[in-house]
Amino acid sequence: MYRYDSYDQAMVDARVAEFRDQARRRLEGKLTEDQFKPLRLTNGLYLQLHAYMLRVAIPYGTLDSRQMAMLATIADKYDRGYGHFTTRQNIQYNWIKLEDCADALADLATVEMHAIQTSGNCIRNISSDHFAGAAADEVVDPRPYAELMRQWSSFHPEFTYLPRKFKIAVIASEKDRAAMRLHDIGVRIVKRDGEVGAQFYAGGGMGRTPMVAPLIRDFVPIDQFITYAEACLRVYNRYGRRDNKYKARIKILVHELGAAEYIRQVEEEFAHLLSVGVEPPREELARIAEYFALPPFRHPSESWDLEQLQSKVAGDPSFRWDDGFGQWVRQNTHPHKAPGYVSAVISLKPAGGIPGDATSDQMRVVARLAKEYSFDELRVMHTQNLLLPHVRIADLPAVWAALDAAGLGSANMDTIEDIIACPGLDYCSLANARSIPLAQRISERFAQSGRTELVGELKLKISGCINACGHHHAGHIGILGVDKKGKENFQLSLGGSEAEDVSLAKITGPGFDEDGVIAAVETVTEVYLASRTEGERFLDTYRRIGMEPFKEALYG
Amino acid sequence: MGDTQNLGTSPDEVQFRFRDDEPVDHAAVTVDSVLDQTNAAAVRIEPGDDARLLLPFLDRLALVEVNFPVFGDGRGYSAARILREAGYTGELRAVGAVLIDLLSHMRRCGFDSFAPDKRLDEEDAARAFATWANVYQRAADRRATIADKRHEA
Repeated sequence: MYRYDSYDQAMVDARVAEFRDQARRRLEGKLTEDQFKPLRLTNGLYLQLHAYMLRVAIPYGTLDSRQMAMLATIADKYDRGYGHFTTRQNIQYNWIKLEDCADALADLATVEMHAIQTSGNCIRNISSDHFAGAAADEVVDPRPYAELMRQWSSFHPEFTYLPRKFKIAVIASEKDRAAMRLHDIGVRIVKRDGEVGAQFYAGGGMGRTPMVAPLIRDFVPIDQFITYAEACLRVYNRYGRRDNKYKARIKILVHELGAAEYIRQVEEEFAHLLSVGVEPPREELARIAEYFALPPFRHPSESWDLEQLQSKVAGDPSFRWDDGFGQWVRQNTHPHKAPGYVSAVISLKPAGGIPGDATSDQMRVVARLAKEYSFDELRVMHTQNLLLPHVRIADLPAVWAALDAAGLGSANMDTIEDIIACPGLDYCSLANARSIPLAQRISERFAQSGRTELVGELKLKISGCINACGHHHAGHIGILGVDKKGKENFQLSLGGSEAEDVSLAKITGPGFDEDGVIAAVETVTEVYLASRTEGERFLDTYRRIGMEPFKEALYG
Repeated sequence: MGDTQNLGTSPDEVQFRFRDDEPVDHAAVTVDSVLDQTNAAAVRIEPGDDARLLLPFLDRLALVEVNFPVFGDGRGYSAARILREAGYTGELRAVGAVLIDLLSHMRRCGFDSFAPDKRLDEEDAARAFATWANVYQRAADRRATIADKRHEA
């Protein structure tokens, strides 16, 4: 994975010094809270309901054991012994004190980490496919391109006061595991006739006006990649709406102009910028790519395939092949490009738990496992789980035993227990309703009834307000918390997807109270189980039979 | 010259200037006025103005002021770069809500004079101008980037 050189380190150190100075000027009264706010926001510091929240960037979700151990240290030293992994592959601490913040940032800088541009109206942390560098189906590893964008977007002088926040995702396979088309810019690295290039989508997003990004260019030659991104951003910076913050995202600009007109303006700017010459030297991408060289995988004869694994351990009752280890292998591992290896998902969704939360002890267990079994590499997934990207199949029994002992062995990836939920009214000052308790009750209900495995792949996403941080628009089942005359009320929606078959969910009808919406989720899964044909996921059945049968069961 | 009275800042209001030539000492006109008449040497750009409309007139402009009525409106950064990319070499002055923490970005986008509506602490400003020993992006200041330095022959 990427390592800082002295230049990268100096940039982050300079930023820590700058923030220390800003905090000093705030305390001396030289900065008003209004003036300080955008400065602390671009350093990831939010004021929430009860305390400051610090959001730390994990570029394209990749980190090593040393960094994960530091995240644990930060949780113990400055917070309450835990952290919350987010849908943009970052981590948030909910109980940070303003006076500690510069020290926490300085600690992070010692392990090449920072909180730069994790908030504010600027280009945010670049996200990517969590299986990048490991997935059997990728064209190339997308992370070198994401790193090139990270450097370009860090402290960009022209784009620090955009109309609104700006999120970019970079993937490199047909399958979309990063909600790429629901980003302000989505990039898919592709190969045409052996030549690498970038496909650009622009104007996607969730929030109160969800939109799927249209394709704006099918192929940008890779040596013009940054120049094209710069053109997209400049058109947005100049013409994005600034009169109303709810209409300021690029999706509104692209929608109001029409994709064709936005494309025309970007192409004009692109041609101009090509003549100016803003692209980094070509050698830079090659330099970065070297850091992402494949790890030295062992020969397949030194590992097993999954059939061998089963034959070796299925007879050992301590591994509980049917409902323990074997279920975890079936549910939580993903095909790897190297024979004898898989990627292993570490679920942060124990039944009844808080989605995405991990204690400092759990973080240290995960760090140790990464070092021992995954070439010292970890990923944060946009589904608020963690991942060991490169695990030898023969090591899976040891990995699972350690995870299980740490309360991290839930075998529920992409099931109804694998819920994405925003912090909601328990933490967030914008929320209308609580998301976490609802997620806890639903996962507990399905775990107890034993229906999770029967229902299969079902992505449930919960947001506590219309800002949609819980991605409810993209849930196979989505739940949106609203305020109805002072009471929490929950709207149910069906049929969303953040994947390559991207779609936006549709509301079923009138909302429910908390008990009601839990019952409604159960009703909806019963309709599915009764209607599905062989091999159909919930989403497939919904798309085939439509909303009516679900409505009938819910309100009929 | 109907709308020129009191438009723009005077040399006295400029707190930081990175040029050796004499500043223009007459008022600026609006972008629309530049398009209508041929003799103004100073113009003031508001956030909604299209800086590219000035490109045919760059030869006779000696001062372009870019107004930042609020610090959070970043359109002026693009306006500045567009003018520099088109070869404008006259004075480019940031005026209005020019704050300490914007100075380094403004400088990179091509501003070479600053007339903040509230005077800034000189020491804080000096530190701010020197924030970045190195830079990641190519911009109007034409500094060699970190990537350029990494691959110097």
